[in-house]
Amino acid sequence: MFLINCPYCGERDQQEFKAGGEAHIERPKQPTELSDDEWAEYLFMRKNIKGVQFERWNHAHGCRKWFNMVRDTSNDEIKAIYKMGEKPPTQ
Amino acid sequence: MTKNLRVKSSEYVDETNRISFKFNGKTYHGFKGDTLASALLANDVHLVGRSFKYHRPRGIMTSGSEEPNAIVQVNPGTNRTEPNVRATEVEIYEGLEASSQNCWPSVEFDIGGINNFLSPFFPAGFYYKTFMWPASFWEKYEFFIRHSAGLGKSPTSSDPDIYDHRNIHCDVLVIGAGISGILAAKNAAKNNFKTLLVDEKNELGGSTIFENNEFNKIDNKTPSEWLKKEIEDIKNIKNLEIKTRTSVAAYHQYNYLLARENLTDHLEAKDKINKIRQRLLKIRAKKVILATGALERPLIFNNNDRPGIMLSSAVKKYSEFYGVACGNKNVFFTNNDSAYESALSLYNKGINVKAIIDIREQSESKIVKKVKEAGINIYWSHTVVDTTGYKRLNSVSIMKLSNDGTSVTGSKISISCDCLGVAGGWTPAVHLYTQSGSKLKFDEEKKVFLPNQNTTEQISVGSCGGDFKIDEIIKNLNQKLKDILNINETDLDSIKVEIDQENSKRNIWLLPSDKPLGKTKPFVDYQNDVTAKDIKLALREGFRSIEHVKRYTTTGMGTDQGKLGNMHALGIIADTAGVKMGELGTTTFRPPYTPLTFGTIVGRNVGKFFDIFRKTPMNDWHVENKAEFENVGQWKRAWYYPIDGETMHQAVQRESKAARGSAGILDASTLGKIDIQGSDASEFLNRVYTNAWSKLAIGKCRYGLMLNEDGMVYDDGVTTRLGENHYIMTTTTGGAANVLGKLEDYLQTEWPELDVYLTSVTDHYATTSLCGPNSKKILKKLIPDLDLSDENFPHMSFKEAHIGNIQCRIMRISFTGEHSYEMNVQASYGKDLWEKCIEAGKEFNITPYGTETMHLLRAEKGFIIVGQDTDGTMTPIDLQMDWIVSKKKYDFIGKRSLYRSDTMREDRKQLVGLLTDDPNIVLEEGAQIVSELNQSPVEMLGHVTSSYFSPNLKKSIALAVVRGGKDMMGKKLFVPMENKNINVTVANPVFYDEKNEKLNA
Ligand SMILES: [Zn+2]
Repeated sequence: MFLINCPYCGERDQQEFKAGGEAHIERPKQPTELSDDEWAEYLFMRKNIKGVQFERWNHAHGCRKWFNMVRDTSNDEIKAIYKMGEKPPTQ
Repeated sequence: MTKNLRVKSSEYVDETNRISFKFNGKTYHGFKGDTLASALLANDVHLVGRSFKYHRPRGIMTSGSEEPNAIVQVNPGTNRTEPNVRATEVEIYEGLEASSQNCWPSVEFDIGGINNFLSPFFPAGFYYKTFMWPASFWEKYEFFIRHSAGLGKSPTSSDPDIYDHRNIHCDVLVIGAGISGILAAKNAAKNNFKTLLVDEKNELGGSTIFENNEFNKIDNKTPSEWLKKEIEDIKNIKNLEIKTRTSVAAYHQYNYLLARENLTDHLEAKDKINKIRQRLLKIRAKKVILATGALERPLIFNNNDRPGIMLSSAVKKYSEFYGVACGNKNVFFTNNDSAYESALSLYNKGINVKAIIDIREQSESKIVKKVKEAGINIYWSHTVVDTTGYKRLNSVSIMKLSNDGTSVTGSKISISCDCLGVAGGWTPAVHLYTQSGSKLKFDEEKKVFLPNQNTTEQISVGSCGGDFKIDEIIKNLNQKLKDILNINETDLDSIKVEIDQENSKRNIWLLPSDKPLGKTKPFVDYQNDVTAKDIKLALREGFRSIEHVKRYTTTGMGTDQGKLGNMHALGIIADTAGVKMGELGTTTFRPPYTPLTFGTIVGRNVGKFFDIFRKTPMNDWHVENKAEFENVGQWKRAWYYPIDGETMHQAVQRESKAARGSAGILDASTLGKIDIQGSDASEFLNRVYTNAWSKLAIGKCRYGLMLNEDGMVYDDGVTTRLGENHYIMTTTTGGAANVLGKLEDYLQTEWPELDVYLTSVTDHYATTSLCGPNSKKILKKLIPDLDLSDENFPHMSFKEAHIGNIQCRIMRISFTGEHSYEMNVQASYGKDLWEKCIEAGKEFNITPYGTETMHLLRAEKGFIIVGQDTDGTMTPIDLQMDWIVSKKKYDFIGKRSLYRSDTMREDRKQLVGLLTDDPNIVLEEGAQIVSELNQSPVEMLGHVTSSYFSPNLKKSIALAVVRGGKDMMGKKLFVPMENKNINVTVANPVFYDEKNEKLNA
């Protein structure tokens, strides 16, 4: 059970949060300009890395805010947490 | 007359407090402070159960939670009965009853014992090999296996006890109150860390508390004397909470641990009432100090499982702690010095110790010399090759070990005895450590797995960290404490320790016998009856991974998770396969460390709190008016209102006719309601719904369809513009939370530039839906001064009004196709408004209707229900709802996906109406649809999604999704059922009032 440091509320138990998949996949600004393949790339393709992964999390049973997390999926170490719109930390 | 083996009163057992209890129907006596095991042993009862597979008689082996054999059913036949309880952990109380498991008809005469003689036919993997084929025989095998095995009985009536959960946040959690744990907790608390010390036993002190080896001294006192003083000291330290009878079950990531605190299991029945029985502690600790100790290992030799064969440390604990001799003629069998301490403990109490059999060549320690001086026979370089005695140990046969330890030589000596204390060295209890995700390393010298890489802020101290001698323990504990607590000094700095230095050990995982392995029974896993032979067989059959061998042989898969024998299993595999134990790794230790009751896990979430449901403000009215309810998500919704014993069908037919004939009333409070405000609210709706919203006038309502980004229908509902920058959105009952979550997601992550605020107001408003040709007249009675004309209050518009003092938002919208109003009031006025409507509607025979009638009425109109007529694979085009998809808008959620080649295919499943040729046949929802009957295999074209008998149309109607259905209007299809084929015709899904004339009736 992770202890997650919500950037708005502080440390809270994992059960208050919802994982939201891979981070930094921006919705295309002009979807109609995209080919089927390009749109499918945005829509369906997600990484599933064993190791350091960038993820979206939502404090669903708290402040309801979304934020980003850098997590090592091999040992569940949370390496960084930062707000939406902020740049991911460089390794 | 039972024998009494009580040897000396012990300070932990209160001989003035005599307790009677029953075991297998017979009454025995013990004292306050006894466990069931110590009390039985005091009565010379060793035989307590039968093994799982061979039904061999088994006795008490240990004195703690690692016990594999003495598994009992507590208080059988009562509602407090509990199976699979370790007799070594049950504290006795007046009136306790317990019985053996795994035996039928009795532990003394057990029919399953025949398996023991058939055992050549029960090798490893026997169940897999034999019962796999033919598959249909499994039921018969299962009956036989279950009947003769029996893993105890679960209670048949409900649990009378109360269980509880508690969250604990602490700076330091110390697990285990042996010498290391006590010193760690004391120093943490003294340095202002909020500290919690837990131990599974009811007393503090671990094994050191009865450590009376005169050659080990702490500050010139025996370790037990010294520790007693420390225990007194810590009871009054600020910042330190001590919990006994508290077993840590699980150690999860981020120092989150679960522990079970046992509060009433040791009390008499009358004292259990109205008290919390067990409490689950959910502990989040900043730092964890593991002081879980070590478990003594048995030795693996032929017939090492007879009642009377015990761990040497257990023999010592029963003698020193409970004042009980486990036998009259005791023998010890060892590979290290610790059995000598046990032997001396008995000797000093005047109990006969006949011999010590030691597989080592010699030992020069002081304690060994002392044993020699006492005149106890020591057989060096000898091993036990066999034992006799069916229900109780009778004798052991010993032989000389060869130099390499793989065979025996010389002649056999038989020693008669009734108790054999076995000492095979110590295994650090690293179960919780590995559960935390931390990694072990094998120490080839000590032959143990030790903590190596910690993943969280934690330390392992004492014997669970690999320190077995008291001087090492104190020294290493001191340094580890300074490191983790970040302090410079502790009160361990000044402790002086003397110890008996010599402690050699000779490790042989599987001891040889004069008979070949095939003819012997050296048990490795006592609970699951796995022998060394089974493990070797698994290796011969090609299994290599320890996890595979475990599953194939079932070693370590009992309720004790093989706490005693796992290391031997690994050792035997390593020796046989010629690999190093470190390379082999261990099997995974899984939570819980010891079994938990269901009660502890669910805590207070029982009965009506098990799965909490939501009730609308009008719920009491529905109950008073005998509604049947259905569960919709977490909601309880009125389903239908039967009168005078009506069936559901009869009630729904009546309600449906009333709603179209005069007036119906529905509780629609469960619909999701989201309040949307902000200067970009209109733009936001434009982006989330498929249709256009900018031009919706204030006071007007509009139906919207929401898609997923993949183009599939996600939710629908009516949204009303309350003001320039203010909307109220309704969602489906089940989708409310997810829709809000999805909208928040887009708002926060994709469109943060939009000025929009979302608030869930589902629970804030109660919604009454009034429908039917007389609904207008009823509303007029309630609000005489509101102009209800179509000009002033047309369909799809909104008015704010007052009914008496109640402020009311009224939407003229319709989910039935009839003239109708949805009235929203503050939740607390919901029932009041509902009752006013019922009263005003009396003259029109207003009829309350439930969700079933609502579903029927909307199906007559061909309105979809998201989640019933759609399943996440339907686009609005598939639903024949092209009209709601804006062609002009540049973008909305899911728009691009509607133009993918796959979503544009003409032969997708599309929503159509179905009419049965025989109007009285009602199709089954989910029934498959085909176009050919005399073809095999035949393509399934689709399935029925909604189906009813319509009382208003006097015929059966259905909605269905059919491949290419849009172009099949009028086509004959078939619905093949088990006993008949039903002929159907594809039709327009709008069955009733296609021109929407009723809306303005
Ligand atoms: Zn938060």
